[in-house]
Amino acid sequence: MINLELPKKLQMAQQMSHQVAATVFRPIARKYDKIEHCDTPEELIPLGQMIKGMGGDGKKPESQSGGRASDAVNNGANMMQVLTTAEMSWGCIGLMLSIPGLGLGNAAIQAVGTPQQKERFGGLHCAMAITEPGCGSDSAAVKTSAVLDGDEWVLNGEKIFATSASRGDAVVVWATLDKSKGKAAIKSFVVERGTPGMEIVRCEDKMGLRVSDTAAIVFTDCRIPKDNILGSAEIADTAEARKKAFGGVMQTFDNTRPPVAAMAYGVARAALEITKELLQKEGIEFRYEKSIYNSTAIQAEVYRMEAELEAARLLILKAAWMADNKQPNSKQASMCKAKAGRVGNQITLKCVELCGSLGYGEELLLEKFARDSKILDIFEGTQQIQQLIIARNVLGKSSSELK
Amino acid sequence: MSDQSAASFDLTLTEEQRITRESIRRFVESHIKPNARAADEAAAAPADFYRQASELGLGLMPIPEALGGAGMARAPISNVLNAEDLGQGDMALAIGALTPLSFINAVLDFASPVQQETYLTPLAMESLVATIALMEPKATFEPTALQTSAVKVDGGYQLNGVKTLVPLATQSRFILVLAALDGEAASAGFVVESAAEGMTIQEESCMGLRPLELCRVELHDVVVPESARINLDMGRLLDLSSIGLAAVAVGCCQAVLDYVVPYVNDRTAFGEPISHRQSVAFMVADMATELEAMRLLVYRAASRAEQGLAFHENAYWCRTFCSEKAMEIGTNGIQLLGGHGFIREHPVEMWYRNLRAAALLQGAVVI
Repeated sequence: MINLELPKKLQMAQQMSHQVAATVFRPIARKYDKIEHCDTPEELIPLGQMIKGMGGDGKKPESQSGGRASDAVNNGANMMQVLTTAEMSWGCIGLMLSIPGLGLGNAAIQAVGTPQQKERFGGLHCAMAITEPGCGSDSAAVKTSAVLDGDEWVLNGEKIFATSASRGDAVVVWATLDKSKGKAAIKSFVVERGTPGMEIVRCEDKMGLRVSDTAAIVFTDCRIPKDNILGSAEIADTAEARKKAFGGVMQTFDNTRPPVAAMAYGVARAALEITKELLQKEGIEFRYEKSIYNSTAIQAEVYRMEAELEAARLLILKAAWMADNKQPNSKQASMCKAKAGRVGNQITLKCVELCGSLGYGEELLLEKFARDSKILDIFEGTQQIQQLIIARNVLGKSSSELK
Repeated sequence: MSDQSAASFDLTLTEEQRITRESIRRFVESHIKPNARAADEAAAAPADFYRQASELGLGLMPIPEALGGAGMARAPISNVLNAEDLGQGDMALAIGALTPLSFINAVLDFASPVQQETYLTPLAMESLVATIALMEPKATFEPTALQTSAVKVDGGYQLNGVKTLVPLATQSRFILVLAALDGEAASAGFVVESAAEGMTIQEESCMGLRPLELCRVELHDVVVPESARINLDMGRLLDLSSIGLAAVAVGCCQAVLDYVVPYVNDRTAFGEPISHRQSVAFMVADMATELEAMRLLVYRAASRAEQGLAFHENAYWCRTFCSEKAMEIGTNGIQLLGGHGFIREHPVEMWYRNLRAAALLQGAVVI
């Protein structure tokens, strides 16, 4: 039965996350935006422990349908994740990304790790390192190499833009076993902090998301145990198998795109709420009475932004709902990321504009939200990469046809 | 968002909705799609179309059994699914097919039991057409500030004013005329019968929706009995119609997308299909994304209406968002066909003209 309201269970999770965002994140958001480079903010330590205690460290329960028939509609872990992510992003995305134990690497280990690997690394805060100075969206072009030497892999190369890598306990690193074999030879490896040969060379100074650390890492003959590889060490040799191998790696993005879309939604909603409050204080009412052209320009702008925001929210929920119900959602995951990424950025920027000096000044968080939101249309697949994926899907094209 | 509900978020159709969807889609394939272009050129629905459409039983469904209907509950979600499917065939014929249902829904929502019996019994028995007259010929038209007036006179009300874009008015047995009540802040609906003295109906020619036979209805001292007055909640009526029209537009936009995809894959330029170019492919990606968003906004608003939750803001967002995106998809539909899209041999120019109405037509499809 078509119903786009949320069940109580999800609303309660949403309220709890909102509480954290309002009471823990918001009061310290500006402070840490100023501090920028620091260890994990102390205010977040108990939060990380609490989430770990609840089993929320990237582990996804298989089903949360709670005893209902197996064909029952599932509102499970994926929906839970986008909703809680959105609420925490309403507080501060940088702080959310700094919570120990919620790294992207954790998600990768949970997605493709063996039971033993999940056991070994599950309790760690794991970052993810894919991007290199010479490759971004084209993640198949990584140059960092991994060579098996006895019982160890030897890694060499340079990674950049690794979120949480300097604070984390470990990093999941993408490296190639054989550059000449293309995508199929790309594997991921868990490198624990302190491993000789792994050096954090710097943390980037960024426009936004400042409290979240973004590290550059250099690997020089960095030796890690043989079973720190995630997935198989075999290099697929048929075209079909190659496609499947890399496709499997890329599929983890189907699950991480909706949460990033949820970040864009959350920060945009935060900006819009503050904007509406400010405008209401100045006597502007929002009652959706007249048609948009008979409203004032400022009312019309707010109504349009609300509609766009709601559109993004529903696309996110649909993508997550499909994942929860085991429906392939690659297209919908990219749609929600594309839509939320672009409107999230547009809305936060427009809110600064609408509020004028109040929006531009640092007294309120509007200018920070506008700085933070830009990256959400870039990382985890840029707007243009999402468009490519959607277009290939709708047009029935391969990546060699539609480049 | 704070409404407490135990039900899961779900986008699955019920078994009944799936069955209805199949029969509607069969009707669209057999009666709407093949006739859409000819109907547009003729500015008239195919002969017998509205009788055939009435056999789908859409209007009959919500009419109480005692009045000759099927006695089903009011079902905004089912209505938007039907509107979407019909709209995928042709917007004008879709709105036309739904026009009697719009009148019926308004009567069910707002009229007294006696009025329901008076107006719905003949509709259930004879598959007659009935329509709603809301819009007025004014650029800044606002449904909450109607110029058409109803003045209390001996034995009833006297109506004066001009209504425009009234679907199927010439063939309607009843017209629900919305008018401002003299001396009161509210407005009300008045059921005017086709033969009423002082009412003149004239077909209007418009940019699109030509087979819908949109009419201008002029009321000069038309007197209706007191019993013809329906006290309606204008906000609810407008919201339901915003959702309904958006649903029809969703269907039409789906038709646009379904048409351009094979075209851009087949059409070659510079030695390869034009869909291999990002500038083309990204337009298609955005069309598909915005269409999906339109659909979800429509579903959410309709499902809130069906569940008895407040849906005014949802309907407003629906209208705001769908008006804009529908036209964007309509104009890009032509753009992707280039000059060929401008030629009437292809349907995209017709869809472009029809989709323009998505932003301005009000009160036409009450779900």
